[in-house]
Amino acid sequence: MSEGIYGQSKIDGITLFLYLILVAIGFMAIFSSSHGAESFSLDFGTKYGKQLIWIAVSLTIGAVLFLMDVRFFEVFSYPIFAIFMVLLVLVMFLGTEVNGARSWFSIGSFRLQPAEFAKFGVALALARYVSDIDTDMKSRRYQMITAGIILLPIVLIILQGDAGSGLVFFSFVMVLYREGLSGTILVIGIVSIAIAVLTIAFGFVALIITLVILGAIISAFVYTNTRILRNLWLILAICIGFSKAVDFGFTRVLQIHQQKRIQVMLGLLDDPQGLGYNVNQSKIAIGSGGLLGKGYLQGTQTKGDFVPEQHTDFIFTSIGEEFGWVGSTVVIILFVLLFLRISFLAERQRSKFSRVYAYCVLSILFFHFLINIGMTINLAPVIGIPLPFFSYGGSSLISFTVLLFLLLRLDANRENELASDY
Amino acid sequence: MTYNQNRSTVIRLIIVVFALILITKLFYLQVISDTYAKKSRSLSVRTVTEFPDRGLIIDRNGEIIVFNEDAYNLVVHYPFSEKKFNKSGFCDLVGMDSVEVEERLIKAKKSQYNGKGVFMKNITSADFARIQEGLFQFQQFSIEARSDRKYKHNIAAHTLGYVAEISRTELERDAEDYYDIGEYIGKSGLEKYYETHLRGIKGRQLYLRDNAGRLKERYVGGANDVEAKIGEVLPISLDVLIQEYGEKLMAGKTGSIVAIEPSSGEILAMVTSPGYKPEMFSMKNLSKNYNALLRDKSKPLINRAVNSNYPPGSTFKVFMALIGLQEGVITPNTRFRCNGGFHLGSLTVRCHGHAPSPNVGYSIQTSCNAFYCNLYREILHQDRFENIEDGYNNWKSYLDRMGLGQKLGTDISAEKPGNVPKAEHFHRIHGKNRWNYARIISMSIGQGELLLSPLQMANMAAMVANRGYYYTPHFIKGDSVPAMFKEKHELGIEQKHFDVVVDGMNKVMLQGTGAYVKIPGIDICGKTGTAQNPHGENHSLFIAFAPKDNPKIAIATVVENAGYGATWAAPMCTLMIEKYLNRDTVSQRPFLEEKMFNTEIKIVK
Ligand SMILES: [Zn+2]
Repeated sequence: MSEGIYGQSKIDGITLFLYLILVAIGFMAIFSSSHGAESFSLDFGTKYGKQLIWIAVSLTIGAVLFLMDVRFFEVFSYPIFAIFMVLLVLVMFLGTEVNGARSWFSIGSFRLQPAEFAKFGVALALARYVSDIDTDMKSRRYQMITAGIILLPIVLIILQGDAGSGLVFFSFVMVLYREGLSGTILVIGIVSIAIAVLTIAFGFVALIITLVILGAIISAFVYTNTRILRNLWLILAICIGFSKAVDFGFTRVLQIHQQKRIQVMLGLLDDPQGLGYNVNQSKIAIGSGGLLGKGYLQGTQTKGDFVPEQHTDFIFTSIGEEFGWVGSTVVIILFVLLFLRISFLAERQRSKFSRVYAYCVLSILFFHFLINIGMTINLAPVIGIPLPFFSYGGSSLISFTVLLFLLLRLDANRENELASDY
Repeated sequence: MTYNQNRSTVIRLIIVVFALILITKLFYLQVISDTYAKKSRSLSVRTVTEFPDRGLIIDRNGEIIVFNEDAYNLVVHYPFSEKKFNKSGFCDLVGMDSVEVEERLIKAKKSQYNGKGVFMKNITSADFARIQEGLFQFQQFSIEARSDRKYKHNIAAHTLGYVAEISRTELERDAEDYYDIGEYIGKSGLEKYYETHLRGIKGRQLYLRDNAGRLKERYVGGANDVEAKIGEVLPISLDVLIQEYGEKLMAGKTGSIVAIEPSSGEILAMVTSPGYKPEMFSMKNLSKNYNALLRDKSKPLINRAVNSNYPPGSTFKVFMALIGLQEGVITPNTRFRCNGGFHLGSLTVRCHGHAPSPNVGYSIQTSCNAFYCNLYREILHQDRFENIEDGYNNWKSYLDRMGLGQKLGTDISAEKPGNVPKAEHFHRIHGKNRWNYARIISMSIGQGELLLSPLQMANMAAMVANRGYYYTPHFIKGDSVPAMFKEKHELGIEQKHFDVVVDGMNKVMLQGTGAYVKIPGIDICGKTGTAQNPHGENHSLFIAFAPKDNPKIAIATVVENAGYGATWAAPMCTLMIEKYLNRDTVSQRPFLEEKMFNTEIKIVK
């Protein structure tokens, strides 16, 4: 293997370079969206000033990771997971409420969001559990525990009122797929999502009528084969039950504003002044960028503060407006290169723990990237998750940095893993 | 192992495919669609408009007729954010309760155009100072200053026209996209025709604004800004002195006076009655007066000088004589018998008492009908013509060259062309070429189908004054007179023939039908006319020019339902001529002047 020429304890330069360039572009975008151009001063009270601090903190933490024993995280992955889960519970009682979600700890003027860091804990626990030599992939118990590791934080975060951050954990399905998750489960997952969407879009009653008619038609063709008939109606019954559950969950459990948000995102509600306002402003900013953009610090929508939450969840609009399609595409390509590189790093790990962890990092980053950019151009629901390395905010930047740098640390140490693995 | 490596390939493919979806959607939003670029501009750029003063209008002697007074509109800019709007503070500022503010906001929003709606029109100067002072707190509003029209001489309303808020239709037709909602535009008359000359160029500064409507820096560094340019002065050919005088003469009567300087085609006066004062249509007054005038049964909004058509009556005989002389079918000495009129079978056209067998000059002086009935036969039925159509078209070609039956193309719109029927018209009635002069005999004495506007009649007086040509009558004066008003229109009638009819017209004033209104010291040539009016009393007509040699003024007057031309139209014409030539000197015929001023002639139907 040619990777050997990097020798031991070498950081993967390509990943580090892509990380640094994305952070740098992200900082430029925050500078632009927080009116740095109008009154530039190195003021740490400004958004870009604070972000500069967060970058420095992130790089410091990243460096500290390299000083730590590489095995620390593997050994202590379950305790770390447990600590974050406890934090997720505590924040519901001790946290500060922001935008209807009680998901922040306030320490002085700084706010920390445990949900951001929980990703790290879940990634470690998942990597540890899936790579465990005793784990039998086919056993029901294995499957339940794996699902539990993923679902526990989702439940806790949704209970905080921050459904968006909770959904992120579903991205771990990608890890499980890589590690051999059966295709059937994936199909079930996709069908479930389809039924959920159709139930919300057309209503429970319409859906069961359609399913029953469909079942009747198929039955007419296969009426001789009682086994197929029985399975068919069993599946239909499960579908109808699931649909009823979704219907109940949607109409009874979710609050009106959450229902609306889902309906807007599914294209069932058009509301440019209400919930769709952000997306509309976002599309105007990006769409007006044209091929080459209006030029850095020249974005009229960015300067005029037209896009709400621009420096956080809608930071991509600043890129789209000021650098146009070419700039947007360059940023997307940089992300894709990073993802491909991580996937490459994952596959070259000798330790299964490292590999699973690498795919955890990849799935989290990719999900954020896809949903965040998707929501700015109305391809994905507005669930309020940040764009990795770009969005303003310490919690997310530190969390993504720690995720990625631990991967780099594991990768740098991969030659030494040989012995421990066998 | 290969199984799982396949899965890693699938994962990589998924990543690339989703990235391509994002890039494709971005390409659509940013490069293909221009919706968002447009929306972005309308949201983030605000135009601050500076309205230049509208050009003054001055008369031929430099006397100011129309000038300006400042008027202010309070406009609201969109997108308008209610959230950041301190409504109670705004109510105090504009002195309205919140219900009225709300209503006005809704109305302004409904009528918004190019991101702007008019919240309040014509703010008084007192309110203006107060509102202006506090408006900085409400950056989604601004005050736009305009000039409202004021009249130093409150005359010539129809000619000057008026200025008012641009309509939806006008906005849609505005190809160069100059106007915005709430702006003012010339609606009629010279204000409309010379709109681009008078309006100047409005200044435009583009600013970036933020989502609260606050103005920030100049948009693209001011590259698209336009500097305001004040409207140009419009010198016009009217003579305030006789325009004012003519309006006084016409007061209480229905009709029109048009006076032209023959050597240039400049219109010296254009009176129409009943009318209205231009001040009634200033921005402040328009809405309350317009509908009342529109409903008025006497139709004061119609400019009768160009928009009403009358049979020219006997004034037309002058031109019949000219055509006859040019065609060579008569000489100055040709005589036709007249015994109390023209008789052909059962057809009789009566005549007034005069010496029998008149020649051209005497026929004009006495307005002999029989002479022109005979002359018409000679003109239409010459040997060289194959049929009546040829003869008729030959005669009509003279009328075409005189601009009859067509719009003259002067510089106020809304002209009515009058009527000179085509030969086809008579073919339809009588069968193709199955008619002759006797069928259309009334046209020979200016009656029947023949219809002219007072402006056309005045222009005919100018043609005779010029002995054979005219310039399209117009109002504009000074350096910017367009070429079309400098083009000489020749009638194709030799000058020597004019000497004959001019002598006749001169005798009208000395011994003929107009002798009653002659002015000592001014050699006038004129011709009376009485147009039969099927709806009531005849219309009184008169055309004239003076002095006989080197004429300075040509004039036509129509007084509806006033009977003989000599009684009303002729005295008015001569008073106008006297005023124009003698200026401020007191009229030599105060009794006549007084009678004209004070008589009211009701239209009897
Ligand atoms: Zn006679």
